[in-house]
Amino acid sequence: MAPLLSMHGINKRFAGIPALRAAELVVEKGEVHALIGQNGAGKSTLIKILTGYYAKDSGEIVFDGKPVTFSSPQEAQGAGISTIYQEINLVPYRSVTENICLGREKRRFGLLDWRAMHAEARALLSRFNIDIDVHRPLMAYPTAVQQMVAIARAIGFEAKLVIMDEPTSSLDEREVEVLFGVIRQLKAAGVSVIFVSHKLDELYSVCDRVTIMRDGRTVQVAPMAELSRLDLVTTMLGRELTQVLQEGRKADDTVDTRKPILKVQDLAIGRRVRGVDFEVRPGEIVGLAGLLGAGRTESVRAVFGADKPDTGMIRFAGSDKAMTEPADAIRAGMGFCSEDRKLEGIIPDMSVRENLTLALMPQLARRGIVDEGRSREIVDQFIKRLGIRCSDPEQRIRELSGGNQQKVLLARWLCMNPKLLILDEPTRGIDVGAKAEILSLIRELAGQGLGVLMISSELEEIVEAASRIFVLRDGRTVAELEGDAVNEQSVMAAMAHGHESNREAAHG
Amino acid sequence: MAETATTLPPRPAQEAPRFELKSFLTRYGSWIALALLILVNLAITPNFATWQTLNVNLTQVCAIVIVGVGMTLVIATGGIDLSVGALMAIAGALAPLIFLGKLFPLPSPAVGIALAFVLPVLVTGILGLFNGWLITHLRIQPIIATLVLFIAGRGIAQVFTNGNLQVFNLPEFQFIGLGRIFGIPFQAFLMVAIVAAAAWMLRRTMFGRQILAVGGNERAARLAGIPVASVKQRVYLISGLLSGIAGLIVIARNSAADANLVGLGMELDAIAAVAVGGTLLTGGRATVIGTLVGALIIQLVRYTLLANGVPDAAALVAKAGIIVLAVWLQRQGQR
Repeated sequence: MAPLLSMHGINKRFAGIPALRAAELVVEKGEVHALIGQNGAGKSTLIKILTGYYAKDSGEIVFDGKPVTFSSPQEAQGAGISTIYQEINLVPYRSVTENICLGREKRRFGLLDWRAMHAEARALLSRFNIDIDVHRPLMAYPTAVQQMVAIARAIGFEAKLVIMDEPTSSLDEREVEVLFGVIRQLKAAGVSVIFVSHKLDELYSVCDRVTIMRDGRTVQVAPMAELSRLDLVTTMLGRELTQVLQEGRKADDTVDTRKPILKVQDLAIGRRVRGVDFEVRPGEIVGLAGLLGAGRTESVRAVFGADKPDTGMIRFAGSDKAMTEPADAIRAGMGFCSEDRKLEGIIPDMSVRENLTLALMPQLARRGIVDEGRSREIVDQFIKRLGIRCSDPEQRIRELSGGNQQKVLLARWLCMNPKLLILDEPTRGIDVGAKAEILSLIRELAGQGLGVLMISSELEEIVEAASRIFVLRDGRTVAELEGDAVNEQSVMAAMAHGHESNREAAHG
Repeated sequence: MAETATTLPPRPAQEAPRFELKSFLTRYGSWIALALLILVNLAITPNFATWQTLNVNLTQVCAIVIVGVGMTLVIATGGIDLSVGALMAIAGALAPLIFLGKLFPLPSPAVGIALAFVLPVLVTGILGLFNGWLITHLRIQPIIATLVLFIAGRGIAQVFTNGNLQVFNLPEFQFIGLGRIFGIPFQAFLMVAIVAAAAWMLRRTMFGRQILAVGGNERAARLAGIPVASVKQRVYLISGLLSGIAGLIVIARNSAADANLVGLGMELDAIAAVAVGGTLLTGGRATVIGTLVGALIIQLVRYTLLANGVPDAAALVAKAGIIVLAVWLQRQGQR
């Protein structure tokens, strides 16, 4: 039987940079197909090309026996490809029927035919075993039902292929079960599903086959059952197990007995973080590893006082007083470079100098007046020390390259002389040269006694920089790796399975 | 015009000269417009270069500028304050009640006058803090939060006065609106002092830097340890205080306080001055001097038209035109 969808040799460049290089994706009829890869691996680009959001540069798409090129998502939907996004895009105040029939209302003599529409809504929902009063407003129902309505609306009666892009990120466990029920029903009805997710448990419980992408290429296609979790993670991250033979770790074997500057225990925040432990000693670089959605960013934000934890202990510099605002954490001696530079780091319209001294301002000001002379001195010093390339300190920061912006943000904290620096993806979106500079700088700083807590999705980077790594999976710390155990193989193994035994040992 | 553009400081090479002209206009457009207006008036308006013309225009513009300074700071944080006109009415209603001794018995008239300066401004300051509290603690959008006092404030002022017009003649108090130093209205000095203080504050102090950081990127500002809520509260406090001062000037000038009319439409005049002056309405970039220039332009256009026999209704259309032009120019500069 011919597959429902086959995409062959798909190429796509953005501004000359290849996003897809001869990518392949084949989905059989009635199959649940997992599509996985790291950020930037090309999954979303591939999906957006399929749904007509982007135009491909070259390649061939055959859907339902015919070669197709969709020029808009509407066209793709008309042909039977439905996409369900993470958020629920519905109108909460209107009735279930209105939400389902929005944009395809039935008319009779120019008026809306409510009876026919209610019947259609009911019929559609019954397909997913949902029996609710379709006259009531959508907001009267719990999120899980709303999500189901969204899915029902997207799928309609015509869909042959449903694309679910991280559909479970906003659902709790029970809702996920409901969703999986729907997926199985779709499958039974002969509808194919492309399922994008980072949660391995979900992939294994619902998917038949998997396509793994890396760097814009399709690197492996296999039945789910024949691929171990470890293989899946290693393929996704691009590391051969045999290749990972760490020669002589540089780890200084002097066992560190210094008291930790930061100790976090049993941290829980909402659904994303459900039991995270880690600690950082002065002069140590600690890595937090884990797949997307493992709860790394959420944990460090709580440490910094940017978000409120539900439960758990955070002890910093001998005090476990909770940080309720970043300002408290900064006063106590922390610095935090967030993962999204543009959204949460730079003040785009301000100069390099103003951005660099933003956190230092209280110390730079005398009776509220900024000491511009001292500010200039400090800025000049850090521009030189970090090699920040800008035409002059008064240049607007938005005009700088990503790497230089990141250096300014690092300098923002370094000039405070902090005890602990938290770096969330410090090298994301930065060119290779700047990346190496930033990493060697971080190492140098740790050598001077600064505690560094670093999140990175790049395994190579984290293994090289960190002397200790805590691995998080689904909101829990599953492994603590130290000394010789700090290598890509162990990290990947922990990401895939968790190292319960290892963790027990670590915590005695 | 294209020739002038090419003599400007160099911009990135790939940009066309036309664009340089635009960026030049965005930067100095308001100054050029003001200079042009003065030149045109010197040429066509009879008796333009006289003390009287200067004084008339200054008197008209002072209250707008003083309120506009507060508005500039509020807008710099990414907010807006619609309550300024109503706050002026409250200050304007309170002051006569105090110095006429209707609220409480006065030990001496001098005390009454002193209190009439201080108390109304304090009250509007507190109401400004209330705006800030709604915005930071209840997380209501600024436009809605300040709408509360925009609606209720004038009502409160009318309740104070039972809706009556309060007429008075008290030169000591009215000095703020009618007094002159070296032939120039006292309120103009007050205005210049406030503008200078605010401009200096915005450029040189930590608070000024914090205002711009909050407006430029609130989330980044919070992560850099800036007390976002307190910064916002303080700008609304300042806006309230300045509105109170403007209210006193207006009633002193008119020798009468009418809760229905004091500060009517002021919020829009102030916002217009801020926009024409070149402050970014989304926050993060602000110029207090620009607001002064913006208010002067709007006033001068109106004066030019009136002095040359164009009816006031047409002048309003011209005012709208200037605002559109200014905001359009601003957008060109944001690339």
